[in-house]
Amino acid sequence: MTRSPLAPSRATRWTIGILVGAVFAVPFAATLLFTLTAADGSLTLDRWTALFDPARAAAYVPVWAGLVNSLVLAVVTVAIVLVVLAPTMVLVALRYPALRRVFEFFALLPITIPAIVLVVGLAPIYLAIGRTFGTGTWSLAFAYGIVVLPFAYRSIQASIDAVDLRTLAEAARTLGASWPAVLIRVIAPNLRQGLLAASLMTVAVVLGEFTIASLLNRQVLQTGLVLVNKQDAWASAIFTLLALAFAFVLLLIIGRAGRVGAGRKTS
Amino acid sequence: MTAVAPAGSPVTGSPLPRSRRIGWSWLGLVPFLAYLALFLLLPTVLAVVTGFQDGTGAFTWDNLTALVDPVITETFWNSTWVSLLTAAIGAIVGSLVCFALLGLPETGVIRAAVDAASGVLAQFGGVMLAFVMVATLGTQGVITRLIAGALGIDIFADGAWIYGLPGLIPAYIIFQVPLMVLTFMPALAALRPQWAEAHMTLGGTRAGFWAHVGFPVLAPSFLASFLLLFTNAFSSYATAAALASQGSSIVPLQIRTALTSETVLGRENLAGSLALGMILVVAAAMVVYNLVQRRASRWQA
Repeated sequence: MTRSPLAPSRATRWTIGILVGAVFAVPFAATLLFTLTAADGSLTLDRWTALFDPARAAAYVPVWAGLVNSLVLAVVTVAIVLVVLAPTMVLVALRYPALRRVFEFFALLPITIPAIVLVVGLAPIYLAIGRTFGTGTWSLAFAYGIVVLPFAYRSIQASIDAVDLRTLAEAARTLGASWPAVLIRVIAPNLRQGLLAASLMTVAVVLGEFTIASLLNRQVLQTGLVLVNKQDAWASAIFTLLALAFAFVLLLIIGRAGRVGAGRKTS
Repeated sequence: MTAVAPAGSPVTGSPLPRSRRIGWSWLGLVPFLAYLALFLLLPTVLAVVTGFQDGTGAFTWDNLTALVDPVITETFWNSTWVSLLTAAIGAIVGSLVCFALLGLPETGVIRAAVDAASGVLAQFGGVMLAFVMVATLGTQGVITRLIAGALGIDIFADGAWIYGLPGLIPAYIIFQVPLMVLTFMPALAALRPQWAEAHMTLGGTRAGFWAHVGFPVLAPSFLASFLLLFTNAFSSYATAAALASQGSSIVPLQIRTALTSETVLGRENLAGSLALGMILVVAAAMVVYNLVQRRASRWQA
């Protein structure tokens, strides 16, 4: 590839990269150093090993319990995305292309409505849900499905736009496949990049969600972190570094999945 | 990007024999629409409606008058200026990062790492960015102690501002800059190298290209991204909630206070009218965003 005439000079690129990179590296390097510093100022790994010390396990229960709840929520929310959102998007693409604009408007609407506003209206609804289904954490997944809607919609729609769904569906139907078979064995495999990206994005957003869980008094990973932070700022700093690293790897995978798709399309 | 049709498929949408009968396929739309109605539209309507109700559920304008109460107008002003300031810093630094990334292969290690890191910080951070801030600049933070030790300066001589309103600024910048990278990069990448070549061939300079072509073409996208950053900071709750466990210096924290205590300023259901106020501000920003975005998309075909 020839160098684009728009690209900055090597010196400009490096100057911006090093300056901004350094400013952003400082807080995270400082956090790492924070977790490695003992009370007297010497370096130690004690804070990290303490996380797995059975004697101190009770102090970290909120984080582990919250993590389990968040993982359950992630699974249920991914199920909502794959079982409710994705088939509806396929249906709109195949049968109701005229509805696409309206559908897109509603799918992107949650960006415009702050989670803190949603919570005000969700509080009475969850009061009713609590009375009928109990106050289990899993029911929070209904609210999370709305929070992840714009991200999931964008990923899946990009995949739908990249393949000719109508032709695929018609071909499978002509060959005698039933509609469920078309959806699961023909369309879903062709949308797998979008579905994978939407699922991973959903996992990342659900694990990072705090606003709704905290104000509806549910225990998830983030509320657990806040609780632990009040007694042990070092432990919450360590969990933070681990969670951020995990999310970084998750998004690297999403990026790779997206690029594999892009490469396939142009080759 | 020019659309490349997959091999073996017609370039235009295939004229399929569309079945004339209505059929039952519309039933497939029902579950999702019911879900949207119950968990997106109903909560939004409820949030706004409760703002017009008193403790017994009767209609009242009383909560709405709270929006002009000096205490509330101050929190709205705080929210607005912090959002504007961090959006401006985020937009400028973020677009510089985008510029530095221009021309690097999209499949390269640097782009992949920057994209993933931006996604993490822009969408995943929340509470955890507050912890990072405290570990760095808190009263016992690494940088705080470093400055105190090396320079003998106590940065909190006037009080621990990091846990108050000013502390939100560095914390918000950590997620605003990455969000700018994510939203502005597509616009910058859509600038055609051919335009620069044409400009140069006709005797123009690189600086002249940016002044007469680059900046004017990118201005709508830049403004749209800025507005997105503004609404992002304005509606952000988690970072502020974890950083300031007490107090309600910004609107989302005021909503928390209204939700967790019975009456604020002698009013019940204040959360509803605060929510309405937030929706109005965000909606206004998004209306302008859509107008600007329409103009921006002209160059991104």
